[in-house]
This record gives sequence, C-alpha cells and structure tokens, in this order.
Amino acid sequence: MSVKIIRPTAAFADLLPAEYLELAANGPYASPKTINDLGNFKEIIEEHPHCAGCGVALGVRLTAASLPAPADTLIVGTAGCSFFGLAQAALNYSCSAFGNQNAVASGLKRMLKIRYPDTHKDVVVLVGDGGIADIGLDLTLHSWFRREKIATIMVDNEVYGNTGGQESGMTQEGQVLNMAPKGKNFAKIPVFELAQVSGCVYCARVTVASPKKIGQVVRKAILLAREVGPTYVQIYTPCPTNFKFPPQQTINIAKKAEEGHYSFREFISDEAQAYWEKNFSSSA
Amino acid sequence: MIEQKVVAPEYLFNEAEREEQFITGSEAVREAIRRANVDMAISYPITPQSESMHLVGDIYAEGYIKEYFRGENEFAVMSSVAGAAMGGVRVFTATGGPGTLRAFEAFPTWAGARLPVVCAFMTRGINSPLSIQPDTLEMAYMLDTGIIMLHAENSQDLYDMILQAFMIAEKPEVHIPVGVFVDGFFVTHTRDRVKIAPPDIKLPPYNPYSAPVPVMDMENPPIRQMRDPFVMKSNFISYAAHASWQQEILAAAERSRRHIAHYLGSLLEAENENAQVMIVASGTAVSQSREAIESARQEGLDVGLVKLKSLRPFPTEELKAVTANAKAVIVPEFNRVGWLAREVRAALEAKVKVVGGPRVFGGMTMPPDLILDEIRRCANE
Ligand SMILES: Cc1ncc(C[n+]2csc(CCOP(=O)(O)OP(=O)(O)O)c2C)c(N)n1
Ligand code: SF4
Ligand SMILES: [Mg+2]
Repeated sequence: MSVKIIRPTAAFADLLPAEYLELAANGPYASPKTINDLGNFKEIIEEHPHCAGCGVALGVRLTAASLPAPADTLIVGTAGCSFFGLAQAALNYSCSAFGNQNAVASGLKRMLKIRYPDTHKDVVVLVGDGGIADIGLDLTLHSWFRREKIATIMVDNEVYGNTGGQESGMTQEGQVLNMAPKGKNFAKIPVFELAQVSGCVYCARVTVASPKKIGQVVRKAILLAREVGPTYVQIYTPCPTNFKFPPQQTINIAKKAEEGHYSFREFISDEAQAYWEKNFSSSA
Repeated sequence: MIEQKVVAPEYLFNEAEREEQFITGSEAVREAIRRANVDMAISYPITPQSESMHLVGDIYAEGYIKEYFRGENEFAVMSSVAGAAMGGVRVFTATGGPGTLRAFEAFPTWAGARLPVVCAFMTRGINSPLSIQPDTLEMAYMLDTGIIMLHAENSQDLYDMILQAFMIAEKPEVHIPVGVFVDGFFVTHTRDRVKIAPPDIKLPPYNPYSAPVPVMDMENPPIRQMRDPFVMKSNFISYAAHASWQQEILAAAERSRRHIAHYLGSLLEAENENAQVMIVASGTAVSQSREAIESARQEGLDVGLVKLKSLRPFPTEELKAVTANAKAVIVPEFNRVGWLAREVRAALEAKVKVVGGPRVFGGMTMPPDLILDEIRRCANE
C-alpha cells in the first residue's frame, strides 16, 4: 500500500476523526516501527475490550508492533479472544469460521502473490491455541504440508478463553478446567514439533514476558515466510480471568513459565538459515 | 496463460456463434470455466462432482486458470476459496451431497462476507445409509444460507448458468455467492447436445473494487475496520449493526432479481400457463415432467409446466401469475423431504391446491408415469 492512499486530502482533513489523522501522520505504515518504538507511535492495536491483564491482548499488541511491513500485512484470525483487539486493528483483518484460518490464509496468500507479483503481501495467521491445536489442526497442518507461505502465530493461553475457560489441547496435563472436571488427562499437543516435521522452516516459542524476543521472532517468521516457506510462532499469553490470578500477575506468570515449560525455543531449517544469513543477518 | 479475447458478457451469452457439441455435464462445466476468466479453482473429490473438477484441473494445466489445487476437505476448500475471494479474485469450486454438508458452515460466511464465489453443487444422497446416487436433499439445507441458488435442468443450463452466475454474483449491488445446482449423474454423467461459444473468448475479469466491503489487500485506507461483519459486543449498537448487515444480504439477493432476469431471461419459464393443472419443478424433474405432460396431452388433459430456474431469490410473484388459473399444482421432486413443495405452498399462500409429489429418492429415476398419475387425479377432481 502506498502511503499516499491514507494521506488525508487537505480540504477534508478537519472532517476526519482525530484517530485517523494520527494513524496517517504517526502510524507504522510509512516507516515500520519495532517493539522498541512502542509509546512513540500510533499503534495498529489500540483500545480493546479484553479483560484487564489479558495476556492475549498483550501478545496481539506486541505481534502487531513487530510486523516488518504493516502497510502490506493481512491478518487472518478466527473466533477466540484474539479477535477482540484485532477486530479494531488498523489493517485488513478477516475472521470467518472457527478453525479455518490457515485455509483462508492459503487462498488469500496465493491470490495476493498473483495480483501483486512485485510486492510482498505478508499473510499472517494470528489466533488462539484452541483454534490451531484443536478445531483447526488439520487445516493448519495441511497448509504447512503444502508449504503455503504464511506465518502462523498462536497466542496460547492454554484454555478456551472466549467460551468461558474450557480445556484445550494446549492445556497442561492435570489442569482442572471446565470440561476437564478431573483435570486434563493428556499432555499439551506438541504443535511446535508438529510444525517442525510438517514443513515449517522456522518455529519459535516465546512468552509475553519477553517483548524483545517476540519482536525478533515475529519479524523473522514473517520475513522467512515471504520467500522460504511456512513459519510458526507460539506465544504464551496467560489468561487471568480463567486461571483466576490477579491481572497484575500476568507477566510474572509468563516469566516463571520461561524457567519451566515455556522456555525459549527456536528451530530454523538449513535452507531458511542460509536465506536469513544472506539477506538479513546484519539486521537480525 | 492461454490468450483469449475478453468480450462483453452479453456477446458471449447471446451473440457469439455457438457450436453444438455432444458432451457430458462435467464437460459442460469445463467449457463454461474455460470461458469464465477464473483466477483460481480449488477441488476436492466427491462423486458425482469429481470429474468436473478433474476437467477444470486439465484446463488449469493448459493455461486457462492461474491457480488450482486439491484441498484437504470441503470445509478447507470452501475456506480457501473464501480467502482467495477476499483477496480480490474470481474463484470457482464444486462439491455435492456429503461434501456440501461437510462444508456447510462456510456458505453463510461467504454470504456474510459478501464474497461473489461461484460454486457448482452436483447433488447426491446424504448419509446414512451411504449413497452416491442422485438426490436433491442438500438443497433443502442450502435454502437459507444467504447464497443465490440457480437450478440447472440439463447440461446446456449448467454451461450457461455457471457463466451467468459470475456476472450476477459480481454486481456491486449484489456481490454475494451463487450456487449453481445440478442433479448429479442425470446431468453430470450423461451426454447431451450443448451449444457453446468459441473457446478463444472469455468474460471480462473480475474487478476487485466492485466489492461493497474492503478488499483484503491493504490497498485501501486502514482505518479501524474489519473485513467481515463481526460485531460481538453486547450492546444495542452491535445488535443493530448485525441485524442490518443480515438484512442487507437479503436485500442484495432481492437486487439480484433483475440481473438474473437480464442474463437468464427470467427466474422461471412457463408453458401453457393458463392450464387448470400446472406442474412446478426444478432440475431434471422438469425434464421428467415434460414427458409426462406429452402423454397427458395425448389423453386430452390440460396441463402446463413451470420450470423454476432461480430458487433464491424465489420467483414468488411470477409463480403466482403463471398459476393464476390453476386449480392444482403438482410438485415432483428428487428427495424425500419435499422442500420445493414447501416453497411453492408458501409462495401460493393456500390459494391453490399444491400436491407435494411424486417424490423419488435413494437414487431412483422418476418414471413420468408417476407424474402422469397425479395429473390424471388432479384433472379429474
Ligand atoms: C464451529 C464453532 N465451534 C465452537 C465455537 C465456539 N468458540 C468460539 S471461540 C472458542 C474458543 C477459542 O479458544 P482459543 O482458540 O484457545 O482462543 P482464546 O479465546 O482462548 O483466545 C470456541 C470454542 C465456534 N465459534 N465455532
Ligand atoms: S478471557 Fe482470558 S484470554 Fe479472554 S480476554 Fe479475558 S483474560 Fe484475555
Ligand atoms: Mg486459548
């Protein structure tokens, strides 16, 4: 997208909402911003109706602030708490049926490649753990098998947040939740490993307690998806409402998880590594 | 890509010299898509649809379509088609029977997202017991998904309606999906004479900016907006926004009437419309009715025929007009539930006796004698 498109016509400027004017003047479109710039520019995600202390809201906000080219990024979402913030995102966002995000993204990406052969249009899937690991697992895996050039990002709160705290495939074993009254009786679905063996050329596991890492891995995942193949990022985004902890504890809980089951992990294929070194290693 | 000349739709439909070919319904689909300037087609096998999407794959390989692949299941295919359509291109796919139901959630999302997808439905029985045989049951479920529904009687209709469907679907004031339904096997797997336009001409390309919603390509001002009608907040404004969005989809279907009439000539066709006994049918039930009517006339019975081409929107006023003199209306159908009889009854508001039947299902053909029996009964009452 050329920034010209969003520049207000002078004669009409005073009729436009202040929000819009600010986005046009100080948004991330003309020169992409990073996590380090937060607080100094008008963000893609702004006000949102998530619960106080929501890890998903933070995950979505940090992801949005890490996009390498927001002016040419399309986000495909699905039902789940992530849509609260994203539905008001200042970029094209789509959300159709629960779990079909990677199939929608596949069609979209292939067509944008044909319509805009000379521009990178980054198609990014940004959805919850239930959306990927349960109801959308087959469509997610198949998009990876087909080597669709999309970045898939999971905001993992280890629960169905949006429907009131039910067990998801990404819930930890033993956790008592709605629909798991005696505790979950199997382990977290190994989506990271599945991604690795299903064709993803880059995978990363991070938490919202490490914003800079999120900035790095999201950028890397999107840039590699442009040219090399599918990529996957899994972000731990604790949910105070359903795990019933005080909202100010979200970051502490994520921090603690980094020493346990949510330690930082990264996988990169040889091909992706070679491509990265050749093209981006100075800015990595 | 193969070079073809872009021509006005009216030229392709009405003026271009047509060649008559003796082809199957599946081949008629291929010939329609060859001239449809489709950007992308996605396939998934199900009998009796598979062959048509093989043939669409063949013309992709020949260079008539930019992108084509086999998806992993019908829900995924309908979702990928949606993604492509959001990205501002013309897409085509086809399914039938259990495939239609597997994908079902996608159809209302197509309409809700104002996607001008064209999908062919080669109807067949739905489990259980498992059956691949002809049956139009799935159309009952599709009636209220928000998509426009055309029903082809034969391969000629199928060829014409698929091409016309793109033009109807893509009108800015319409811009909702169109399903072209055809009775599996009876049409898809039989040969018939079909008149088709030359292969070196095609429809004008889709204009992505004809969409009444933002194209998903980040080439429009990124104000805080959403591609789809998604209003989840629990407050009156949200409810009102959702309600008016739904009404707008209904209104879009209403506005399609004049475009359907323009391209198809009419939403229904009537023969001998002053008759006391009228048969109202769609799909191949129309062909079977023609035979029954032929026999009835030889017996001196006064019977007319209404062929419904558009089921959504339903030609209520037209049907009332052409059955104004009738004392009985017979609705033969290829399914057990009698969805068309329900539609006809609702349209005619109990002013005429509506005979729901004969009905055959499970794969049976419809003997014209069964229809003839109903004609005799109604004529002699
Ligand atoms: C077909 C279908 N089944 C179920 C639902 C209900 N539903 C909406 S969101 C959701 C849970 C989302 O969980 P997750 O993906 O983990 O996202 P979160 O809300 O936790 O961020 C469910 C079950 C739905 N919208 N559609
Ligand atoms: S329920 Fe949990 S995930 Fe959903 S908005 Fe509230 S805190 Fe966030
Ligand atoms: Mg979740």
